[in-house]
Amino acid sequence: MSTVSETTPAPPAPLLAFWRDFSRNRGALAGLLFILLVVFCAVFAPIVAPHAADTQYRDNFLTAPPWAGGDDWRFLLGTDDVGRDILSRIMWGSQLSLFIGAIVVTLSLGVGVLLGLVAGFSRGLLDQFIMRLMDVLMAIPSLLLAVAIVAVLGPSLTNAMIAIAIVVLPHYVRLTRATVIGELAKDYVTASRIAGAGILRMMMIVVLPNCLAPLIVQATLGFSSAILDAAALGFLGLGAQPPTPEWGTMLADAKKFVQSGHWWVVTFPGLAILLTVLAFNLLGDGLRDALDPKLKER
Amino acid sequence: MLSSFLRRLATAIPSLIGVIIVTFLLTRVLPGDTAAYFAGPAATPEAIEEIRVKLGLDKSIPEQFVDYVGALVQGDLGSSLTTGQPVIQDIIDRLPASAELTLFGLFIAIAVAVPLGILAAVRQGSWIDHLCRIVATAGVSLPVFFTGLLLVYVFYYILGWAPAPLGRLDVFAFPPDPITGFLLIDCVLVGDWETLGSALAQLAVPSATLAIFALAPITRITRASMLSVLSSEFVRTARASGLSPFKVIVGYAFRNAMLPVITTLGMVFSFLLGANVLVEKVFAWPGIGSYAVEALIASDYAPVQGFVLAMAIMYVVLNLLIDLLYGVIDPRVRIEG
Repeated sequence: MSTVSETTPAPPAPLLAFWRDFSRNRGALAGLLFILLVVFCAVFAPIVAPHAADTQYRDNFLTAPPWAGGDDWRFLLGTDDVGRDILSRIMWGSQLSLFIGAIVVTLSLGVGVLLGLVAGFSRGLLDQFIMRLMDVLMAIPSLLLAVAIVAVLGPSLTNAMIAIAIVVLPHYVRLTRATVIGELAKDYVTASRIAGAGILRMMMIVVLPNCLAPLIVQATLGFSSAILDAAALGFLGLGAQPPTPEWGTMLADAKKFVQSGHWWVVTFPGLAILLTVLAFNLLGDGLRDALDPKLKER
Repeated sequence: MLSSFLRRLATAIPSLIGVIIVTFLLTRVLPGDTAAYFAGPAATPEAIEEIRVKLGLDKSIPEQFVDYVGALVQGDLGSSLTTGQPVIQDIIDRLPASAELTLFGLFIAIAVAVPLGILAAVRQGSWIDHLCRIVATAGVSLPVFFTGLLLVYVFYYILGWAPAPLGRLDVFAFPPDPITGFLLIDCVLVGDWETLGSALAQLAVPSATLAIFALAPITRITRASMLSVLSSEFVRTARASGLSPFKVIVGYAFRNAMLPVITTLGMVFSFLLGANVLVEKVFAWPGIGSYAVEALIASDYAPVQGFVLAMAIMYVVLNLLIDLLYGVIDPRVRIEG
C-alpha cells in the first residue's frame, strides 16, 4: 500500500506534509500499527506461529487458555474441538484475510475505475447502460448478491473473492464516474483537449491522477469490507472450506460451542476480524482527512 | 402529489425489469441438474427426462424466460422443490418472521441512535460526542454474526436472561393463528399475553444484534446532519428570539436535519436485509433469508428467484416511501418535485 513508502527516509516534501497530517490522527496511526502487526504475522506465520494450522493435539480438545482456567501453556488462546491451537490458526488465517483484501480491492478497483472512466467520458448510451447495470447490482442487498454469485460458481475461497469483488464494484464505478465528471468541467482538461490530447491520454494521464484521493480512501475502506464479507461467506459455509484457517470459517465451526460455554473458540477469531477491520477503517478515515480535507468530518 | 408519485413509480420500473432479468439468468446458470434433483437419486434417465419436460427445462433459455414472465404476471413464482410448496406460499409464511426481526431491530436502533446523534452534535466535544464517535467507528467493524454469538454467550449462557437461540417461540408455547403473521401483533390482537412475552424474549437478542449493526450509520449521519443545521442562520435566529433550547433543537433543527437521516434509513434497511441471513443462521430463525440460502445450496432456483424478487420489490417500495416522506417532512421538496 501507498502508506508503506511514506515511512522511508527522506521523503519528498508533499509526502512529508501528508505524513504530518496523517500522523496527527492517533486513531489512524493505531490502525496503521495494527495492520503492520497483522502483515508481520501473515508474512512470518511459519516462524511466529507456535504450531501448524492443522496439527491436532488429541489430548487437548477444547482446552481453555492457560490464563483463564486452562492448564497448558503451549496453547496461549486455547484449542478448538479437534485440538488445534487457536492462536496459530489465527496467525495463519491473517495470511488469508490480507490476501482476500488485496485481491478483492485490486479486482474491483481495476475494473471499477475502468468502467467509471468509460462511463464518465462517454456520457451517452454506454454511460446509461453501465450505470443502470450498477443500479441493478445495488438494488439487491450486497451480502445476498454475494451469496447468490457464490451459489452459481460453487462454494470456495476463490469464488467468494470474485463474488465480493462484483458486489463492491458499483461503489468504485460511481465514485470514479462522479469525480471524472467533476474534473472534466475544469479548465486544465479543456486546455489539454485543445492541445490535442488523445482519449487514452486524457483518461489515464490527465484526469485519473486527479481522481485518486477519494479512490485511495475507498480502496482502504474496501479492504475492511472485503475481509468482513469474506468472513460472513465463510460463516455461511460458502467461502473458504474447512479445515482452512479462515477466520469466518473458524467461527462457523465454533458456533455450537457458545451454548456450552467454550467462549474462547468463538471470541478470538471474532476479535481478529473485528480488530483488523477496525484498523482498516481507522486508517481509511485518517487517509481521507489527510488526502482530501474537503471530505473531512467536523 | 399523485402525478409526482406515479412519475416516481415509473422510474422504478427499469430497475425492476433489470432485477427480473438478472435473477432469471443467475438462477439458470446454477450448477446441478434441477430435474435430476427433483426426481430423486433412484430415478431412471427416462423419469428425469419426463420431469425436465414437465418443468419446461427442455426449452431454450428465451422460451423459458417468456414462460417465467408469463407466470410472474399471474402471481405464480413456481414451486419449491425442497419444501414442495408454491414459492409464494413459502414467502408469505416466512417473510413476516424476517420483517418482524428487521423492523424491531431497526426500531431499537433508531430509538438509540437518533437521540445519541443529536446529543453528540449539541454537546460537541463532550463525552457523548466521543461515545458517538466510538459507536460509529466500532459499529461498522463488528461482524454481525460475531455480535450475535457474543450476545448469546453473555445473555443465554452466563446470565441466563435470554431463552435458547432456537427460533421465534419456545417449544412449549403455542403460536396464535396467523392473522398478520407478525407474532407480536397477532398475540396482541388475540390477547395472548403469555405467548407475547415468550415471543418478545426470543426476539430480544437477535433484534439487539441487528440494532447494534444499524446503530453506526444512523448515529453518524444524525450527528453530521445536525451539526450542519445547527450552524445555519435560522437556528441562530430562533435562538436569538429566545425560544427554549428544546424547541430550537427538536422543533427547528432536527426537523431540518431529518432528510439525510431518512435517506440513510433506506440504505440501512437494505444492509439489514443482508445481515438478516447471518442473524437467522445464528439464532435458527425461520425467516426468508435462511430459506433462500438453503434453496441456493440445493440449487432450487424458484425460491431464489422469488426471494430476490421480493427483496427488490421491498427495496423499490421502500425508496418510494422515503421519497414520499421527504415531501411530508419538507414541503420545499414537494414544490420542486
